[in-house]
Amino acid sequence: MVRYIFRRLIGLIPLLFGITIVTFMVIHLAPGRPTDLESQFNPKVSMEARERIAHLYGLDKPLHIQYIDWLKRFLRLDFGTSFVDSRPVLKKIGERIPITLGINLASIILILLIGIPIGVSSAVKEKGFYDRSMTLFVFIGFAIPGFWLSLILMDLVGVRWGILPISGIKSLEFDKFGFFEKIIDIIRHLALPVFVSAFGGLAGISRYMRSNMVHVLRQDYIRTARAKGLREKDVIYKHALKNALLPVVTIMGLSIPGLIGGSVIFESIFSIPGMGRLFYGSVMARDYPVIMGVLVIGATLTLLGNLLADISYRLVDPRIKLED
Amino acid sequence: MIRTIKAVFRKAVFLFTLLILLGFRPGYGDAIVTGSIGEPRTLVPILASDSASGAICGLIFNGLVKYDKDLRLVGDLARSWEVSEDGLEITFYLRDGVRWHDGTPFTARDVEFTYKSLIDPDVRTPYSGDFKMVKALEVIDERTLRVLYREVFSPGLSSWGMNIMPRHLLEGEDLNNTGFGRDPVGTGPYRFKSWKTGEKIELISNHDYFEHRPYIDRYIYRIIPDQATLFLELRSGGVDYVSLTPLQFDRQTESRFFKENFQKFKFPSFGYTYMGYNLKDPRFQDLKVRKAINYAVNKQEIIRGVLLGLGSVATGLFLPESWAYNKAVASVEYDPERARILLEEAGWLDRDGDGILEKDGMKFSFTIITNQGNEQRRMTLEIIQRRLKEVGIEVRIKIIEWSAFVSEFIDKRRFDAVLLGWSLSLDPDMYDIWHSSKTKEGEFNFVGYSNHEIDRLLIEGRRSFDQKERMSIYHRIHEILYEEQPYLFLYVPDSLPILNARFKGIEVGAAGIGHNFIEWHVPETEQKYTR
Repeated sequence: MVRYIFRRLIGLIPLLFGITIVTFMVIHLAPGRPTDLESQFNPKVSMEARERIAHLYGLDKPLHIQYIDWLKRFLRLDFGTSFVDSRPVLKKIGERIPITLGINLASIILILLIGIPIGVSSAVKEKGFYDRSMTLFVFIGFAIPGFWLSLILMDLVGVRWGILPISGIKSLEFDKFGFFEKIIDIIRHLALPVFVSAFGGLAGISRYMRSNMVHVLRQDYIRTARAKGLREKDVIYKHALKNALLPVVTIMGLSIPGLIGGSVIFESIFSIPGMGRLFYGSVMARDYPVIMGVLVIGATLTLLGNLLADISYRLVDPRIKLED
Repeated sequence: MIRTIKAVFRKAVFLFTLLILLGFRPGYGDAIVTGSIGEPRTLVPILASDSASGAICGLIFNGLVKYDKDLRLVGDLARSWEVSEDGLEITFYLRDGVRWHDGTPFTARDVEFTYKSLIDPDVRTPYSGDFKMVKALEVIDERTLRVLYREVFSPGLSSWGMNIMPRHLLEGEDLNNTGFGRDPVGTGPYRFKSWKTGEKIELISNHDYFEHRPYIDRYIYRIIPDQATLFLELRSGGVDYVSLTPLQFDRQTESRFFKENFQKFKFPSFGYTYMGYNLKDPRFQDLKVRKAINYAVNKQEIIRGVLLGLGSVATGLFLPESWAYNKAVASVEYDPERARILLEEAGWLDRDGDGILEKDGMKFSFTIITNQGNEQRRMTLEIIQRRLKEVGIEVRIKIIEWSAFVSEFIDKRRFDAVLLGWSLSLDPDMYDIWHSSKTKEGEFNFVGYSNHEIDRLLIEGRRSFDQKERMSIYHRIHEILYEEQPYLFLYVPDSLPILNARFKGIEVGAAGIGHNFIEWHVPETEQKYTR
């Protein structure tokens, strides 16, 4: 097992290297330059000044030299500084990851807590009225555009009823709050975004859960369990659920990189300073160091997530052997 | 009878005193929360090129000069200035007793330091252009400095509106990477308190500000990247001060709730929208064609349709309220018949009856490009497209993401026509946009306009400090450019700020409402953020 993990980790290195080359080339080959700055021309900013700025960023060097420069710094885990505000890339990403991660974790937990029971109970009452209405419910969540639902809820809960704040993650007076007030303040601010993103994600997990469960409930050992007189509750939650959960473990592993990826539209609407807005803003500003930083971290997490999915699958399901 | 007169008189005296008390002693306190879509990039003023950074820097820093509410240049950190007879020297006399927010006295050395940073080739400033004309800057004493120019350069005076930075904190620092950009120290009415990335920036009032202490204690700049959310926040009281879109101004803020709780303002913004022709294109080299298009496009209709009437027709390149703007230049009336005649005179006729004009076997069909993310420009293009179709010109529309738009299409001159806007600086010098030498890749005369008289006038305009003389020069430039139509001048959109009704003391001038911000105040009973 340890040898297997070690071998897989070594194998990831050339893969990651290849990913950095391709992404570096792609983002630099896209038209546009970081010196184009604002979306309005300012005649006071001369071409000479733009050229000079490009030179100071090192953008007048050939592309492969720029890549080697980047790679040298990357090997020392130095992602460079942003073109936009000259702050270290790692710092810019670091201050946004906790927010995005927090929201995504909260919504995944909510999805699991609601989605798994929905899936299980739907499977048990397969094709009944309950099953069909749950299907309808989760697909409504899946189909409603998140931005639309957000705005409707903001108008209703924030403006008309005035019970929750509309946007942001903290109140203006946050620094003067006591500890518990601070926690309540953050929860109040995150309630709407977490709810909206969980509502959209219910369909996936509950449908997986339902179809696994339906499949498992038809197995021989379930019939055996019932035949030997176990209570239905034990049959479903002890014997069937364990087996039906296996594929969900894989899905969880694969969703690890998604944990640090934020949605631009969502974060913009709720004005949450998360990864999605950082990445989108960087692409629009052609802020190459930040784009590379986000992509490399994302790629690393994807690779690790895949590995983790394989390993955890092996751990929960003894039938699977991790051979090459 | 006499008694009533006396009573009335007494009442009047009482009211008058009350007015004086209220009017001259507004209370301190409260906070103003402004909401904006963009986040500033940096608060190092000479590096800041975006409007969000500019707005914050404007409260923290001062220049030597500034524009007052009537768009006249007045002293800011400079008490006064003198221009020498030959126009080559400007001497600035600085205010006494100005201190940086950390208590260090402000001196002429700070100005010298700022100037040196602006011309330092290692500093990533976009504003070096105007300061390249400076031959030398001499510090005469702590309070006096003299700027020597290579040639007479009148726009140079307003370039000293550049925010001055503190030498004692920045000398020897790498300005490109300094921590000062997120912890600035200035001389302005507000001092920096905190910046939470992607959330808000908070400033607090500078009690020692040289004009006087601002009445509003805190200035909070919230970053809310979505226009709809911004509006909901305004409605629920989460922000006090935002810019409205024409739709919000006209349709969504007319309710009683808004009338009671908010005050709206409307004045021309500092910019105009135009369609520029690629003058290398033989079709557009013909003045008759450009004039025909000017007749064929109904600008009033665009303003009604796109801006809901909240804008004015542009005839030229200067702020409509400034002295440089020639009010005698009138916009032509919409006249499609006249357009057809002009096109026919130019040789464009619909010979095959398909509704599109031809000349020498070529159909009159061209593409107008504009940048993505600007709904007003897209809608404007659709109206132009329809009106030009009516006179037999086929227009295609192409919308391109900004950065690619600039580097692949504008800089390389790969366009037939382009819809864009210019934001205007307050000095009327337009050398970089109209001089025939400014047509190289990346320069701003991208339409390729060339006219000897304009070239000469642009240079004359730069060589005179006399406003009367400059006025006649720029009026002439305005006239010629409207006659020659290198651009189809479209509209000046209005600025549409809305402000919570509890703020008093706002004064509307040609420069808008921000010019007397330190006079704004909230009566004590209405204060909202009292800690």
